[in-house]
Amino acid sequence: MIPGVTLELILYVTALGLVIIGLAGVVLSSHLFRMVLALVIAEAGANLMLVLSGYRWDAVAPILLQRAEQPAMVDPVPQAMVLTAIVIGVGIQALAVSLLIRIRQRYTTLKRREVAEKMDAEIAASAGIRRDISQDAPLGERPLKPVPIHTAQSPGGDA
Amino acid sequence: MRNLTGLLFAGGLGFMLLAIASGIDFGNPPMRVGEAIQAAAPQEVGAANIVTSVVLGYRGIDTLGELAILFAAASAAGLVLGRRHTTNGTQTKGGFVLFHGGALVFPFLLTIGFYIIFHGHLTPGGGFQGGVILAAAFFLPLLARPGARLHHSVLSIIEAFAGACFILIGLAALAEGQAFLQPMLNQDTLGALISAGTLPLLYIAVGLKVGAELASLLSHLAQTESEQ
Repeated sequence: MIPGVTLELILYVTALGLVIIGLAGVVLSSHLFRMVLALVIAEAGANLMLVLSGYRWDAVAPILLQRAEQPAMVDPVPQAMVLTAIVIGVGIQALAVSLLIRIRQRYTTLKRREVAEKMDAEIAASAGIRRDISQDAPLGERPLKPVPIHTAQSPGGDA
Repeated sequence: MRNLTGLLFAGGLGFMLLAIASGIDFGNPPMRVGEAIQAAAPQEVGAANIVTSVVLGYRGIDTLGELAILFAAASAAGLVLGRRHTTNGTQTKGGFVLFHGGALVFPFLLTIGFYIIFHGHLTPGGGFQGGVILAAAFFLPLLARPGARLHHSVLSIIEAFAGACFILIGLAALAEGQAFLQPMLNQDTLGALISAGTLPLLYIAVGLKVGAELASLLSHLAQTESEQ
């Protein structure tokens, strides 16, 4: 074993790593189903951290045995809380997946950008407004003609 | 830009959590509540599994809230997915292995599910874990035969009955002049199958409720998916 790398460091880094991978996935991914999966990973990491916080060296699971001397037991409170968290997590995931099924049925895709695009178009159509309306000129004309993104030169040059 | 800020956010959060975690004395938790519960639970509740004493005895009302959250999530999912149409013609059947394997495994899944529920106060496990296994047992035939359907009315009756039983047991303690959901009845020998008073009854109610809820949720999802 590499010196300086203890068991506790490995365990904490694993739990924290799962949380970070999950949160980075939620922020970075462009597909809605991957976001749900990333949320599940983050939840697993958080649960692992809770269980670790109740860990005790040389201790057994908190179950009483028919024995003369009872060995030390780990903290039962975080375990009970993780039990709650897992069950609630399952409920949340089921709700998220059913929402995804509905989104896919309606927009035939789960890519975040395309779904947002189609949703915007639908909202604009049902509200009866022009879609490419800008925040700079919500009611009237734009002060400047919008520059297409790929031909844009250094910003602020002509303003 | 968006990716960069996302990575920065994740990295910063990781650093913060690592800084907090490095302050914890790993392997020697303070356990202020834990020690007290471990000392008092065998006499007060009488369940060999102390996690069960915490879940149903000391935090019983939390468990009721948890069941309510699960119920809300399951009904919201049902609401989103809506009523199913029966279009059984286009669905592909499961293969030989899935078909007969599902039928073979079904009784064993039922047995182990109920075993885990009944021994929730003695061994690791309990109503939630056993309920999930029960739900899996009833979901397996649906995978083999997509045309088959679970009786949602029966499932909702089981679920409502189990939920009502949980609350009624809590109210019975109230009628006896104790706190809501306080463990009652004879504690009996520690570690015997029939011991720990009302805790096994509560776990049976939890197991039936979780099983019925998850089974109806899974069949909802499967049937909506097979419609496409």
